[in-house]
Amino acid sequence: MGQGIAQIAVYAIVLVLLAYPLGQYMARVYTKPRFGWRWLGAIERLFYRAVGTDPEQEQDWKSYAKTVLVFSVFFFLVVYGIQRLQAHLFLNPNHYPGVPAHLALNTAASFITNTNWQYYGGESTMSYLTQMTALAVQQFVSAGVGMAVLAAVIRGIARRSSGTLGNFWVDLYRSLVYIFLPLSLILAVVLLSQGDPQTFGATVNAHTLEGAVQQIARGPVALMLAIKQLGTNGGGFYNSNSAVPFENPNGLTNFLEVIAILLIPAGQVFMFGKMVLAKRHAAMVLASMLVLFVVGVSIAFPAEQHGSQVLRASGVNITHSSLQSGGNMNDKEVRFGIANTALWATATTDASNGSVDGGHDAFTAFGGMVPLVNIFFGEVVFGGVGTGLYGMFFYIVIAVFIAGLMVGRTPEWLGKKIEAREIKYAAVGALFVPTMVLTLTAISIATKLGMASIFNPAAHGFTETLYAYTSQSNNNGSAFAGFGLTNFSADFGAVAMLLGRFTPMLAALALGGALGKKKITPASAGTFRTDGPTFVILLVGVILLTAGLMIFPALTLGPIVEGLTH
Amino acid sequence: MLRDLKASVIAGVIFTVVLGLAIPALFTGFAQVAFNSQANGSLIKENGVVVGSRLAAQAFTKPQYFHERPSATSPAYNAAATTFSNLGPTNPALTKAVQQNITAVLKLEGPYNSGLTVHGIPVDAVTTSGSGIDPEISEAYAQLQAHRVAAVRHLPLTTVQQLISENTEGRSLGFFGEAGVNVLELNLALDKLGGNS
Repeated sequence: MGQGIAQIAVYAIVLVLLAYPLGQYMARVYTKPRFGWRWLGAIERLFYRAVGTDPEQEQDWKSYAKTVLVFSVFFFLVVYGIQRLQAHLFLNPNHYPGVPAHLALNTAASFITNTNWQYYGGESTMSYLTQMTALAVQQFVSAGVGMAVLAAVIRGIARRSSGTLGNFWVDLYRSLVYIFLPLSLILAVVLLSQGDPQTFGATVNAHTLEGAVQQIARGPVALMLAIKQLGTNGGGFYNSNSAVPFENPNGLTNFLEVIAILLIPAGQVFMFGKMVLAKRHAAMVLASMLVLFVVGVSIAFPAEQHGSQVLRASGVNITHSSLQSGGNMNDKEVRFGIANTALWATATTDASNGSVDGGHDAFTAFGGMVPLVNIFFGEVVFGGVGTGLYGMFFYIVIAVFIAGLMVGRTPEWLGKKIEAREIKYAAVGALFVPTMVLTLTAISIATKLGMASIFNPAAHGFTETLYAYTSQSNNNGSAFAGFGLTNFSADFGAVAMLLGRFTPMLAALALGGALGKKKITPASAGTFRTDGPTFVILLVGVILLTAGLMIFPALTLGPIVEGLTH
Repeated sequence: MLRDLKASVIAGVIFTVVLGLAIPALFTGFAQVAFNSQANGSLIKENGVVVGSRLAAQAFTKPQYFHERPSATSPAYNAAATTFSNLGPTNPALTKAVQQNITAVLKLEGPYNSGLTVHGIPVDAVTTSGSGIDPEISEAYAQLQAHRVAAVRHLPLTTVQQLISENTEGRSLGFFGEAGVNVLELNLALDKLGGNS
């Protein structure tokens, strides 16, 4: 296990070292009136002219939200349409038929909300055109929307007595062109060099050594993989996602892909610190995230290494040695072993990524509980691009409110008084989705239609359902993948993804708008300090006490009963 | 509202064309030139015929070959429809599948490994991989199979073990991931050596 722990430790260190400079860079992207070389600026202005916006013209929170919603609804129709029509369009060398209506609906909701829940097997369902123009475009764009909204909310926190938060088109364009595109191209080249395909050539028939015919699916994989990881998307080209060697060929690509999951989310915390001129406060927010990350991986790794009850009872050798990684290797790949699969499962659910390099459904009870709880927290441990940090803002507001009650002063956050209005927005932002998860799970588990999706028996089947609605409502996209597609689960999931995306997003914009209008009051002796270790304890405590307590009863019906009775 | 819709349509067209078509097309062109083999699926050709991919397990059932890990795809090792088994850690179906795999391994390897019991079977030999096409097996599982392959091919055990170590991919940069033995490449190396039974 020592080498595995070393790999995880190196991961955390490299992540923070890369995230810091990226955060500084991203802060410049969102604050400089003119960014980059002159020719880049010329292209940028061309885009603004095309969409008919004046980049100097800022929007208030309502106008910003309206543009986001119209933009997202439009793309929802595009993604749905391309899937339905793919049989009649080009770049379909394997001649796949149109995607069925309910599945296309679920997938459209999945990709415009940055969820990337996959009720389909990519390599056997989607044409190359669909993968590229419907799905991968959304992997850029929906990630860009998340970052844009975050930039707007942060401006609200930073500004004083201001009615506006920024211009959506500027924030979106800059997210895409100056952040996601360059990082994706760099990562894609490395992945390509290691074995990720990038071709328009069709599936190949190989004639195996024993004389059989084997089909090998290929396609434009490498570029999609890069943005899938960097934009906390998670929707793979292949059904088994990054467990497939064509998505993730070796230990190096695995390391880079799992770094890519949390790189921008960790960077955005530093960006926040720079934009609001509160680097120490941002460092404490980052520390809170690191605490929760370490707790997660410290449970998942040993649980998986210990192996499942079935494997221990069978008598096969599950002991870690120099010749094998041992442990619960069911649905895991040899080149990743236990440590890297547990690390990935933790990271992908700390963020709203949802890609996997091993099957979560086959995880042990407590190993699989870690990703489930991470998602239920709202993916605020680094979190999704944009969405994660504004999700954390809700908890921060609640934390300073509670601290304010304890010391008997008006709560303040970065010089802004937190009053009834802000608390309401934060409460909606933090509590709406967990409430929806429990409601949807209850309905699904209480109806025949819902139960039809369950694959594994007993408590594990309940966990599958809970995981499915936790993942979709929080826009994660990872799955206990035995949970099956029915018309009911497709439509129900689509509702979960859409409400789970846009309700907290509107709450965040409203919070940013409300804070932007406020004056900044200088800190006094009675102000609760948000830049020290006490704040870390408070923030982690608030997360555990709100979301943690909400999911605990459900956990007792699923992973806890499964883990304790076997 | 209408202004936003018009802007969304224009931006939608621009993003779809640039991010969805132009950049992937340019990148594919670059990939085909700069990394041709990888870009096309790391295919292995023998005498001009594609026999498989370095990155995909394929079915091996004959005793002179090293065998892959179990696969949950349909049919097994289908590299055009990857899947997990999704069997939960307490599912009776998992117990059944693991037991069947154990029986098969004992039957196949037992005659060549005297005193082999279930405790000598590495866990990756009886569990499905995540992709269903994991191209690698653990070194432990390769060592177990080496005795059979050497005996069937009438090769010295040391020769087979030498080939195993030549086809073992260590941790990336000596640090990241875990070591594993590429089964298809190992079997190809064996066939080149001759000694086919």
